[in-house]
Amino acid sequence: MTSPEIMERANRIAALPFVVVGGRSSFARGARSSLLDIWDHRELLAGLVRREIKSRYKDSSLGIVWSLFRPLAQLLIYYLAIGKVLGAARGTPDFAIFVFIGLTTWGLYAEIIQGSTTSVLNNAGLVKKVYLPREIFPLSTVGSAMFNALVQMVVLALAIVFLSSAPFRFGWTLLYAPLGIATVIVFAVAVGLVLSALNVYLRDTQHLVEIVMIVLFWASPIVYSYTYVHALLHGNWLEQVYLANPATIAILGVQKALWAAGSLNIGGIAQAWPPDLGLRLAITLLVSLALLLPAQRIFARLQGNFAQEL
Amino acid sequence: MNHPTIARVSDVSKRFVLHKDKSLKERLVNFAASRRHRDDFWALKDVNLDIEVGSTVGLVGHNGSGKSTLLKVIGGIIEPTTGMVERRGRLAALLELGAGFHPDLTGRENVYLNAAILGQSRAETARVFDEIVEFSGIEAFIDTQVKFYSSGMYVRLAFAVAIHVDPDLLLVDEVLAVGDEPFQRKCMDKIAQFQSEGRTILLVSHSAEQVGSLCDRVVVLHSGEIRYDGATERGIQILRAGYEDERRHQEQAHQSVTGEVPPYSIVEATAEAQESSGSLDVIVRVTVDIERPRDHWVLGLSIDNTLGMRLYGVTSLDLDVELPNAVGRHDIVVTLPDVRVGTGTYLLNVGVGDRFGQNYDRAPGAASFQTTAPTAGHGLLRINPRFASQSAKSPHA
Repeated sequence: MTSPEIMERANRIAALPFVVVGGRSSFARGARSSLLDIWDHRELLAGLVRREIKSRYKDSSLGIVWSLFRPLAQLLIYYLAIGKVLGAARGTPDFAIFVFIGLTTWGLYAEIIQGSTTSVLNNAGLVKKVYLPREIFPLSTVGSAMFNALVQMVVLALAIVFLSSAPFRFGWTLLYAPLGIATVIVFAVAVGLVLSALNVYLRDTQHLVEIVMIVLFWASPIVYSYTYVHALLHGNWLEQVYLANPATIAILGVQKALWAAGSLNIGGIAQAWPPDLGLRLAITLLVSLALLLPAQRIFARLQGNFAQEL
Repeated sequence: MNHPTIARVSDVSKRFVLHKDKSLKERLVNFAASRRHRDDFWALKDVNLDIEVGSTVGLVGHNGSGKSTLLKVIGGIIEPTTGMVERRGRLAALLELGAGFHPDLTGRENVYLNAAILGQSRAETARVFDEIVEFSGIEAFIDTQVKFYSSGMYVRLAFAVAIHVDPDLLLVDEVLAVGDEPFQRKCMDKIAQFQSEGRTILLVSHSAEQVGSLCDRVVVLHSGEIRYDGATERGIQILRAGYEDERRHQEQAHQSVTGEVPPYSIVEATAEAQESSGSLDVIVRVTVDIERPRDHWVLGLSIDNTLGMRLYGVTSLDLDVELPNAVGRHDIVVTLPDVRVGTGTYLLNVGVGDRFGQNYDRAPGAASFQTTAPTAGHGLLRINPRFASQSAKSPHA
């Protein structure tokens, strides 16, 4: 008494190859299959990003506008305290636009890293009960961080159009902006993957990350311009260390592309830019991309015990 | 028919390391000691299992026997320490209802998200969305945030989503039969439909009755090892015997601590089936030792089928029977005339206690009887049906 439906299913399954569940596989092949697995779950990834964004501002009457208020408040503080009180605005034309570019880029970077770090822990319920490629969780924070950054960039574009004192420069350097943003995202994803897995085993990670990010915020030219760093260090090895920071290079790239006044010698001292900024940016992006592979492999190695550690 | 294998578990062992210190400071402080102080616990030991397409397999065992761990290993949620799990076809793991439900999202949004978590695409979900909502019976609240749902609505929606994904292999952990009775019946119907569609179900359950009615194969786990793998009836018997051993063990431990001898104890129980001209009489003989008589006592007996379903139960209290109540050994004979059960083996449970429900002694499955008489039809009851027909002329003829 076997119905054709049962036969059909049995035959279909008999034709499928066996897949080893959660087995340790070789370096490159493992990465490939992980990538395919994530790709298979792309709709879930989109769903989780939507969940994140929707639930964050559900039941608040201003909704998405809130995601703007924090960077705007930060902008106001830095503009007044550092720009006006400490006088940085005098040496930095269009200081508000300059700061907002840095804040937006840094905000994206920091949100991905900090969000990823706690992402697996926050989804403990799912990790313990359902099989999913666990990379989904850190990746879903990228989506919501990018959404926030996008909203800020709309405001930034408006600010550039209406407030910029220098005419907007179209040219090859404009490409530095997407390149810089891409670098920030890729590097943050690589770091976030490792941190999210580490945080499962060692909860101290998330607190450590929080502090390190505060320090790193001041190690990139966000509220002060690179010109001050250059004037202080005169291109010595310390300055090279400063420039080796992927976030620094990425932020400088975005500034070069969008901060028109900084490339003209108007309204103050001429701005300094690191030599070969485009090349540095390209190399940083490539290195970040290459880092994704070991980061994913570390994650894959650590994720086997997630369900029992949570 | 030759059934292909859908999942194969080879020599799988799983070790859990129990360590209590979680923070960096604790680990540094206890670094030298941590190797010595950590406890190993083997949740699974060299488990081998082949699961065939279209079968419904019940994983049973005591608490802590490793059945949930095995299910998680097959589902890929936990990685085995040694050994390998191979699998093919589409899998849905139903280890917790509503895993991933977000309280701030509406029912509709959660349906899509939860279906995606269970591996279904948006388009597939959209196709069965109306069915899901209808099955859950909460049409009016589908656009309400889930946090305002009653717990019943919550599990019904979660179950409806889970049951509408299209898996080849469904892993279920203790989540069948939620909600009220009509909904439970709907759930069971859906499971039966799954079976008739040739889907494979791997089920962890504590309910012998549920396992008995659903599964065609039972795997009994005991402290991480497979103790039995085969026919459902035998598996349930072994599980029951295991429970019974444990109970006796505890009772003895209790007795040795308190030094108390039970006032009434069952020495032996036998059952004899007498078949004559199509009617079955069962004669039950129970031997009871009375040590310290109380002012009354009650003898109870019940009949189970081998799948663990309770068919009948009666006590001497129900019938107002006077039982002997003097110190010493007593034989009590209970005759059950004309027991109309279908062909098969039946288990007899005997117990003694007081009228308020406190047990002095129990002997589950103390005796069994068989009936081999051929019956018409099949099922739990023996019925000899008579068919009659009346025909009227068709109005069109």
